[in-house]
Amino acid sequence: MNQDKLIDLVNITKSYGDNIILDDLNLYIRENEFITLLGPSGCGKTTTLRILGGFENPDKGKVIFDGKDITNLPPNKRALNTVFQKYALFSHMTIAENIAFGLKIKKKPKSYIDDKIKYALKLVNLEGYGNRSPESLSGGQQQRIAIARAIVNEPKVLLLDEPLGALDLKLRQDMQYELIRLKNELGITFIYVTHDQEEALTMSDTIVVMNQGYIQQIGTPEKIYNEPENSFVADFIGESNILSAIMIKDKLVEILGARFACVDTGFGTNQPVDVVIRPEDIDLVKPEEGTIEGVVTGLIFKGVHYEMDVMANGHEWLVHSTDMFAVGTKVGIHIDPFDIQIMHKPESEDEEAVSFNE
Amino acid sequence: MNKTFFKKYFISGPYLFWMIAFTIIPICLVIYYGLTDKSGTFTLQNIMSITTPEHFKALWLSLLLSLASTVICLLLAYPLAMILKGLSVNKNSFIVFIFILPMWMNFLLRTLAWQTILEKNGVLNTLLEILHLPSLNIINTPYAIIFGMVYNFLPFMVLPIYNVLIKIDDNVIHAAKDLGANSVQTFFKIIFPLSIPGVISGITMVFIPSLTTFVISNLLGGGKIYLIGNIIEQEFTTAYNWHLGSGLSMVLMVFILLNMILTFKFDKGEGGAVL
Ligand SMILES: Nc1ncnc2c1ncn2[C@@H]1O[C@H](COP(=O)(O)OP(=O)(O)OP(=O)(O)O)[C@@H](O)[C@H]1O
Ligand SMILES: [Mg+2]
Repeated sequence: MNQDKLIDLVNITKSYGDNIILDDLNLYIRENEFITLLGPSGCGKTTTLRILGGFENPDKGKVIFDGKDITNLPPNKRALNTVFQKYALFSHMTIAENIAFGLKIKKKPKSYIDDKIKYALKLVNLEGYGNRSPESLSGGQQQRIAIARAIVNEPKVLLLDEPLGALDLKLRQDMQYELIRLKNELGITFIYVTHDQEEALTMSDTIVVMNQGYIQQIGTPEKIYNEPENSFVADFIGESNILSAIMIKDKLVEILGARFACVDTGFGTNQPVDVVIRPEDIDLVKPEEGTIEGVVTGLIFKGVHYEMDVMANGHEWLVHSTDMFAVGTKVGIHIDPFDIQIMHKPESEDEEAVSFNE
Repeated sequence: MNKTFFKKYFISGPYLFWMIAFTIIPICLVIYYGLTDKSGTFTLQNIMSITTPEHFKALWLSLLLSLASTVICLLLAYPLAMILKGLSVNKNSFIVFIFILPMWMNFLLRTLAWQTILEKNGVLNTLLEILHLPSLNIINTPYAIIFGMVYNFLPFMVLPIYNVLIKIDDNVIHAAKDLGANSVQTFFKIIFPLSIPGVISGITMVFIPSLTTFVISNLLGGGKIYLIGNIIEQEFTTAYNWHLGSGLSMVLMVFILLNMILTFKFDKGEGGAVL
């Protein structure tokens, strides 16, 4: 496991003035991994990347790269390249000169550089753009040039700070596939920053959910989605019903006064917990067949499914279903035991999930 | 005439009036006087008089001193602007403020003050005497004039350069370092090329007033060193030969125009740096 780690962030702490941005952050990144830092705006994603890139020194902690401590190494000596949040192309150079910049610094021969420019432009689907100026390109094209400029240097690790943030939905989806293809083709490690949970779920091998400078959960997309460790993660990733509940005993939980069978164990007896139930996991049945009874109060057609609000036991449940129940219909709510995800209550104030509205 | 047409001219009216009354008409007058003699007949004599040794020497000296002061201003201003850029926001606006502060004082007063400081028995030499150092005789030399030009025009070099430097996105500089450039390479390949518009407008704003000044050379040159500005001034104020003064002014204008053409050529219309 140990030699598997390409990058290791150890006890990283960073503050600006009195403002603690990262508090004792620990994270390792494996070779060839596509790892995504995901979190709301201002949670410290860019700061983490800047520490990795060498543009910011942590107040405390170490950055280990390939077994060597690089905490104090300047950016130009690090074997990683960054794609910046706002492209940061050199406006006084042509596209080709932008791409060639890193190679010229490394004094590569001209024929090698020319080949690389051609190859990179082809890779990002912008052949023939070499002599244009950056300003004459659209945002999406500039972003692709920024990626091309970074990858011609064949870095071991590519840091990408919300590279698709400025693009429209269609282009963003195309670029997501493009990036995954690039990564597989080049075989380099991607550290990717986004605040778009869908993007994170689509692209990543591993997702790191951050909030207010703390790592909330690290895991595969499936794990993060299906088994969120706390209510922040549950709320941030996808839509969900998050409720306070009491764990009566192993495999039995009391939600809003009703007892549901579940599959989790080891939370003790009569312990307060949070539960998360995804809206698509709630089955609406006949009133007498459900665990609890409620009435439909809202109905929206969403294309693939209907979104319904169901008032039951004093709580408004969010339900997704392909079956439609008209407003006013009395329904029963049934939840399969494995669809109830039990979470510990947050331990400290700091870890407490802030209410986050998508 | 439709309404928008009227509106457009109504709004730009005062501006047009100003341009015509204080720029176009004076220039026309200068050209008229420059190309005629006292009897009003056309002549090139006034312009050709620049070739007399006395006038040519003054023009040459003016060009030389302006060039020197521009180069010195640039060498002082660029590092200063870089330092200002590096400071935190509230600190640097304070220092920029301090820097502009002397510009609120009258130009003549400031230059007169330097006369008193640089005089033979002035403040500087008194200080040197107290420190038992040899005295400096720079008053009434071309060096004093260069000094006066640099002192007076330095802010006009610093500000445009500073203005372009602070507009350079930090991430662009980071990107250069990220791609392997060290600080020296980053400066010469990224920062300096991006700051050229500011450098160009700084050069224009120092070179042109240096070339045309007569006050600085009068006060710090002791009235013995003649720049082209002094000669033109004397033709107007002492010799009352407006024709000759205008002719020489036109020659000077050619040099100013040359400077501006060079400026635009380099600038490629990026312009933003003008104060
Ligand atoms: N140079 C700085 N000086 C002071 N505060 C800073 C500085 N850089 C960042 N911060 C603060 O640090 C916090 C985290 O910033 P960071 O840029 O890492 O957020 P982020 O997660 O990348 O957000 P976004 O999704 O909006 O890009 C923010 O509150 C920000 O205001
Ligand atoms: Mg950011």
